[in-house]
Amino acid sequence: MKKLLILSGKGGTGKTTVSSSFIKLSQTEAYADCDVDAPNLHLMVDIPSESTTKSFYGLPKANIDTQKCTDCGQCMEHCRFNAIKNNDGYTVDFYACEGCGVCEYVCPTEAISMQKATAGNLILYRDNTVFSTAKLNMGFGNSGMLVAEVKNQLDDEAPDAEFAVIDGSPGIGCPVIASISGVDMVLVVTEPSLSGISDMSRVIDTAEGFMVDCAVCINKYDINLENTEKIEEICRNRNIPMTGRIPFDNMVVGAVNNRISITDINCPAGNAIKDVYHSTMKIFKTETGEIE
Amino acid sequence: MGVNKLKIAILSGKGGTGKTLVSVNLAAVCNDSTYIDCDVEEPNGHIFFKPVIEDKSDIKVLIPVCDDAKCTGCRACVEFCNFNALAHVNGSLMIFEDICHSCGGCKLVCPENAITEKEKTIGKIEIGKSNETNVISGIMNTGEESGVPIIDELLNRDFIDTYNYFIDCPPGSSCTVMESIKDADYCILVTEPTVMGLHDFKMVYELVSLFKKPHSVILNKCTIEYNPAKQFCLDENINILMEIPYDSELALLNSQGKIVARESRKFNEMFSILLETVLKEVHK
Repeated sequence: MKKLLILSGKGGTGKTTVSSSFIKLSQTEAYADCDVDAPNLHLMVDIPSESTTKSFYGLPKANIDTQKCTDCGQCMEHCRFNAIKNNDGYTVDFYACEGCGVCEYVCPTEAISMQKATAGNLILYRDNTVFSTAKLNMGFGNSGMLVAEVKNQLDDEAPDAEFAVIDGSPGIGCPVIASISGVDMVLVVTEPSLSGISDMSRVIDTAEGFMVDCAVCINKYDINLENTEKIEEICRNRNIPMTGRIPFDNMVVGAVNNRISITDINCPAGNAIKDVYHSTMKIFKTETGEIE
Repeated sequence: MGVNKLKIAILSGKGGTGKTLVSVNLAAVCNDSTYIDCDVEEPNGHIFFKPVIEDKSDIKVLIPVCDDAKCTGCRACVEFCNFNALAHVNGSLMIFEDICHSCGGCKLVCPENAITEKEKTIGKIEIGKSNETNVISGIMNTGEESGVPIIDELLNRDFIDTYNYFIDCPPGSSCTVMESIKDADYCILVTEPTVMGLHDFKMVYELVSLFKKPHSVILNKCTIEYNPAKQFCLDENINILMEIPYDSELALLNSQGKIVARESRKFNEMFSILLETVLKEVHK
């Protein structure tokens, strides 16, 4: 399965709108949402009819048995995450605990045990298409592990699919790094603001650090033409192909809220996304060796 | 940070709804204020403030180093490491620094004392000034997995003594966001009129409710169209501080990295009124 990952660095540039359009246009049988902190793709696509949900266990969380605890404080002294508190007896801050197990190891009275904790849900929608997604519980870490599960589920459930679209998360940290691994190309959706440019450059640095090639498209390009040209120049200098400009279009919000694909409406943004899709796929197919 | 301080966290769940716009402009119109950028993966506040940097410090974490001469290959450390950051291959210990969480467990369990620790820089904090506003930014290096140690440092060290702090949070509702709002006295949730904005808004609403943080909402990019986020706030009785209409002048200034409250009287008034409303709410 060849995979195209859609990232942006900055949030709210239009990743999910572009992803859902690509899913529609490519009629792909396999797609995934790796933004496990704040998944939105399910709000934008025709969800396959059947769904199954599995609990995702991240790393275990420490638990102190107050009966066995002798208040020696070893656990608190060794915890590097400030997850052990002492207010009339030692307790574990459930959300700060990263599950390393050091406290359990240093406790002289075996008062601490590591206990399984549900960190989120892994969700699979399927009929003749496979949609793999997940939701991390509030306040949990381990998002990279859950992202890996989302991608494994996609591979396992759609072994014959030739092409998959993956919607990524904002930022450049652990979930983004986990989503980059094993994809064939990254499409960065940016916007012509100085914030968008800064975040785009950081996400490209991250992807290239993991040896994955990028292409870039600019959403809402007409908000600031000068910055649009700046982005194109940065990409030219970095040898990163541009796959198009999408205009700001009032039709998009209405379409999004009514679950209508913007590509099904004859409007400037919808038409531009189709062009972006075709240029992106041309580069993608060259990258993956489908076109010489 | 000690007493006699007011910490206001600005969060949104979904990215791009206007967290930074609101935090930067509130801090800019407020006297005696400090802006703290906790979105360390993609920090943008400094783009607007262009602060004169007065101080800088690297943020370091500890990662293990193995003395091959002492290592007997017992694999106690490999088995202990819950993050799979260690592997024993061809007679020596491999350490995957990027996924190490710096818990120090490997060093503790090694029976040969073969493991020591070294510092590794994962990012930096920059402290500066833009006009009268203090600006503190956390910036994570690209390729790093977690910015939590930087956020910890941003919020726990007394960099600057002001009364008002505006904390610009990362998107999402995961550990980094929780870290950012933990000590906040008040939370402002910024959302936009889309079903995606509402979906992610509900997550952070749940988060601030769980932590019993007093909170209010700003509805950004409003148009005449139906606003699912507004409807939700009305249904749930959540206080709405302000509705900011979609404005192409604001969008342009913002895209140029300008602080709208410093550029135009109209926006200065808007954010001054917003600040007044926020402070009234906080002291209720």
